[in-house]
Amino acid sequence: MAGNQINRLSGKGLVDHGKTVSFQFDGEAFSGHPGDTLASALLANGVRLVGRSFKYHRPRGILTAGSEEPNALVELRTGARREPNTRATTIELYDGLDATSQNRWPSLKLDVLSVNQLATPIFGAGFYYKTFMWPAAFWEKLYEPMIRRAAGLGYPSKLSDPDHYEKSNAFCDVLVIGSGAAGLSAALAAAKAGARVILCEEDFELGGRLLAESDEIDGKPAQEWARAAAAELESLPDCRIMRRTTVFGAYDGGVYGAVERVSDHLPVPPEHAPRQRLWRIVAKQSVVCAGGIERPILFGNNDRPGVMLAGAVRTYVNRFGVAPGRTAVVFADNHDALRTATDLAAAGVAVRAIVDPRPQASAAAEQVAGEAGALYIRGGIENVRGALGIKSVRVKDAQGGTKEFDCDLLATSGGWNPALNLTTHLGGKPAWDSALSCLVPGEDLPPGMQVAGAAAGQFSLQACLASGEAAGAEAAKHCGFSPSALRRPAPAQDRAPATPVWYVENSRGKAFVDFQNDVAVSDVKLAAREGFRVPDHVKRYTTLGMATDQGKTSNLNGAAILAEATGRYLGAVGSTTFRPPYTPVALGALAGHHRGKDFRPTRLAPSHRWAEEQGAVFVEVGAWMRALMYPKPGEAAQETVNREVSNTRTNVGVCDVSTLGKIDVQGPDAGELLNRVYINAFAKLPVGKARYGLMLREDGFAMDDGTTARLAEDHFYMTTTTANALKVSQHLEFCQQVLWPELDVQTVSATEQWAQYAVAGPKARKVIEALLDAGQDISNDAFPYMACGKFTVCGGTPARIFRLSFSGELAYEIGVPARYGDALIRAIIKAGAEHGIAPYGTEALGVMRIEKGHAAGPELNGQTTAHDLGLGKMASTKKDFIGRFMGEREALNEAGRAAMVGLKPLNPKTRIASGSHLVKRDAQATGANDEGYVTSMAYSPELETFIALAMLSNGPARMGEVVKVCDPLRGNETLAEVCSAHFVDPEGGRLRV
Amino acid sequence: MRINCPYCGARGLEEFTYRGDATVKRPESIEESARDAWVDYVYLRDNPAGLHKELWHHGAGCHSWLEVTRNTVTHEITAVELAAKGR
Ligand SMILES: [Zn+2]
Repeated sequence: MAGNQINRLSGKGLVDHGKTVSFQFDGEAFSGHPGDTLASALLANGVRLVGRSFKYHRPRGILTAGSEEPNALVELRTGARREPNTRATTIELYDGLDATSQNRWPSLKLDVLSVNQLATPIFGAGFYYKTFMWPAAFWEKLYEPMIRRAAGLGYPSKLSDPDHYEKSNAFCDVLVIGSGAAGLSAALAAAKAGARVILCEEDFELGGRLLAESDEIDGKPAQEWARAAAAELESLPDCRIMRRTTVFGAYDGGVYGAVERVSDHLPVPPEHAPRQRLWRIVAKQSVVCAGGIERPILFGNNDRPGVMLAGAVRTYVNRFGVAPGRTAVVFADNHDALRTATDLAAAGVAVRAIVDPRPQASAAAEQVAGEAGALYIRGGIENVRGALGIKSVRVKDAQGGTKEFDCDLLATSGGWNPALNLTTHLGGKPAWDSALSCLVPGEDLPPGMQVAGAAAGQFSLQACLASGEAAGAEAAKHCGFSPSALRRPAPAQDRAPATPVWYVENSRGKAFVDFQNDVAVSDVKLAAREGFRVPDHVKRYTTLGMATDQGKTSNLNGAAILAEATGRYLGAVGSTTFRPPYTPVALGALAGHHRGKDFRPTRLAPSHRWAEEQGAVFVEVGAWMRALMYPKPGEAAQETVNREVSNTRTNVGVCDVSTLGKIDVQGPDAGELLNRVYINAFAKLPVGKARYGLMLREDGFAMDDGTTARLAEDHFYMTTTTANALKVSQHLEFCQQVLWPELDVQTVSATEQWAQYAVAGPKARKVIEALLDAGQDISNDAFPYMACGKFTVCGGTPARIFRLSFSGELAYEIGVPARYGDALIRAIIKAGAEHGIAPYGTEALGVMRIEKGHAAGPELNGQTTAHDLGLGKMASTKKDFIGRFMGEREALNEAGRAAMVGLKPLNPKTRIASGSHLVKRDAQATGANDEGYVTSMAYSPELETFIALAMLSNGPARMGEVVKVCDPLRGNETLAEVCSAHFVDPEGGRLRV
Repeated sequence: MRINCPYCGARGLEEFTYRGDATVKRPESIEESARDAWVDYVYLRDNPAGLHKELWHHGAGCHSWLEVTRNTVTHEITAVELAAKGR
């Protein structure tokens, strides 16, 4: 049990020393304190080795103290909640936390695949492209499984995620991103001016670097100042503080994407609370105060556990009260890192040496070294000893002499880079600041965005405070507020010019640039020798910056090596392109509630509950759930369909047709509008009559069909196919608002307002008559085929009745306001009982429409014209209508075009598969011989044969010909006779009785 | 992206559907002489880098067709009008 926290600095930092939290890493029990991250707690317990690298399985430790961490990735939690590749540096410690190291086998300390290191020549730059080029067949069987086994990250749980995720919107005047010195100042300035402010902080604690430094502001410790600033913000009415919330992307129109880790710091989300919440924040102005990311200086074996960034070392000492080592060496090219030596010494850590690779000696560094009891050496790190954790470093001084220092911590810093990713998400390019030797936000920022603090290259504390306050006030001003005068003057120019050193020449062993993808200095140099010059190309070739950290600690070092290797100025080389998300976002958060059965809402027909009671089988049609069939116990599916069809054709059946699109068209010009959207005439349709109509797209191809009834002089009621209801509604709105705004007409969807049932069969009239209130006449004379009218049923319920038939039988469609839908289906069944009524589903409906040769979705497939559907004669020649001109093009009216016919197999028991292709009887099934295709098929119980609808070249002229039906997918070929598509009752006598 | 609907105010992109160029005009004539105009209307579109007048439908809102002037390079929207203006 290593629970004694040997590296904890008693009483130091912001963790709660009075409370203890237990956790496990690789099955071993440890303890930490509330306020720790997993990384700080591991370091407190003396654990330095936390993972193995992606390609070479090299032992790796903790490099940073933030979301930029490339190395310390672990699998967090177990079972269904296991989450791979989480950064130990951002995981908030909780009681019972269980984490496992990744990419090692059989154990972290003994890893068999670390032999990959010996094969490094194979895994060099572009190894994917070079090594595994051929033979191609080897990819699937050999190379890919090998790479997948050897190279990789953690494994996701394959169980369904038990937690849920939310999406939410937020609106504000000023969005402040980051809560360090600049962010807190910006938020205070904007909020105090009266602006509605949202402050987002990815950490669980406000303060940013203020938590990590031993700074003072206004005479008090920086941490105290941060706490007071946070308290003041909390007290302001229009300031919302969002902790544990990463703003990961900037989008058009002042929209920002953010993810809030609501419950990630708890073992299990509280009841009804999501694990994470995805935010869309709409902000008039934003101030990016995302801080900076330190860059390392690269040298041989710089990836060994115990090598850390100098700023991260200060974070562990000052914020978490942890000494990441007992004996340290600092290797840095800048003043900022000297603070690490000072803070370590103050915490009782022995600092052996400050190694400075710059060409000129630094008096300041020499002084700090003296105060910390360290040697000051100008030179570089030549090598590091200790594979599982460093034991010593060898320093080569400027005169060429070498000296070995025993140490277990090497703090390195090559300066800081602004975290400017959000400033480039809309395509702006960062600019090179030659004095600071880093990229800074460019001129072309997203509209309404300002940048302050380290993210803007304002690295000193005073500059952070001043630039934050100024940006917050400016943002408030842009939103129409009047901020008070600025309290903090911008400091006199204190930008210390940098003398960057990117890597140590001629050090021993591999010097890694990108730790997570195992890309070394030598790989970048190789890519340069092979002709790569653009950072984005080098990225793809070497994989530098392509890992889950997106190269936060490595991109600029990579570009610098590339610049040197190609003899160019670093500022001219440019950078890779930053894209959202800034840090990885779980797919679960992006999906929110839209998963499983909630992927999209389903719409239920008015008879749904009743149909469920009948044991209906349902099918998704668009967004609707429709009854497919109503099987009786012991019935096979085909038996059910046959029974439903036969019963409808001999007695009476009922089908819910509410899902058909229904559109109310009203106004003096309603008839004129319909005249222009249908190919046939509607303006003169008498009141009380319905008519079948076909509408085309403007290019002449069929778009949709349905019947439209005239309920009054200025009132039409249109139906569309279920699938096209929205499309047709939008089309009518386009016609009415964009094409012909002069027409006095309005359209509105009424699909959900009306429940509608088709009652079909020889006994249909008896059923409807039983429902009608007294004194209403629907006899054939009073209410003939294609009549429509308003009635009352069941004791005063208003109803619209249409004498329409899709089945080919005597039929009525009866519609009532949707709230009566459930009652009406029950009333219909009751009234029809003595006539043998039975419900039928969409399957039987489909059989009957195929028997009648009615075109539906499979025929209205976007490739067919009115001519192809056999409806060419319907088109009016007296008026313009949508699709008329283009529909009259010669090629769309050639006899040789595939047009709709019926097919009967020579053997009635042979099923013809939809999608089969047609060739001449004796022709080979080749593309060149193709003459058409089967669109729909069914078994006709009335004709006792399989039948089909097909589009066949010159079809209507080929009645009686036998063609070959080819189904190459299933390897079937069969012969069928071409016939009229009107299989049953071709004269339509049954409709008119 | 957000579109400032004259009826509904600024709303998120997902409430709208895109149709395309708002400047094309449906030919009045269906005579053979209008053939080129019809081909232009149905098939030919400019693809400018810069300001583009285009039609958007507010399907999850007021069902208005809108004429939106958008910069295709920056997505900046400079004007939104009802397509059925003047009525
Ligand atoms: Zn609207």
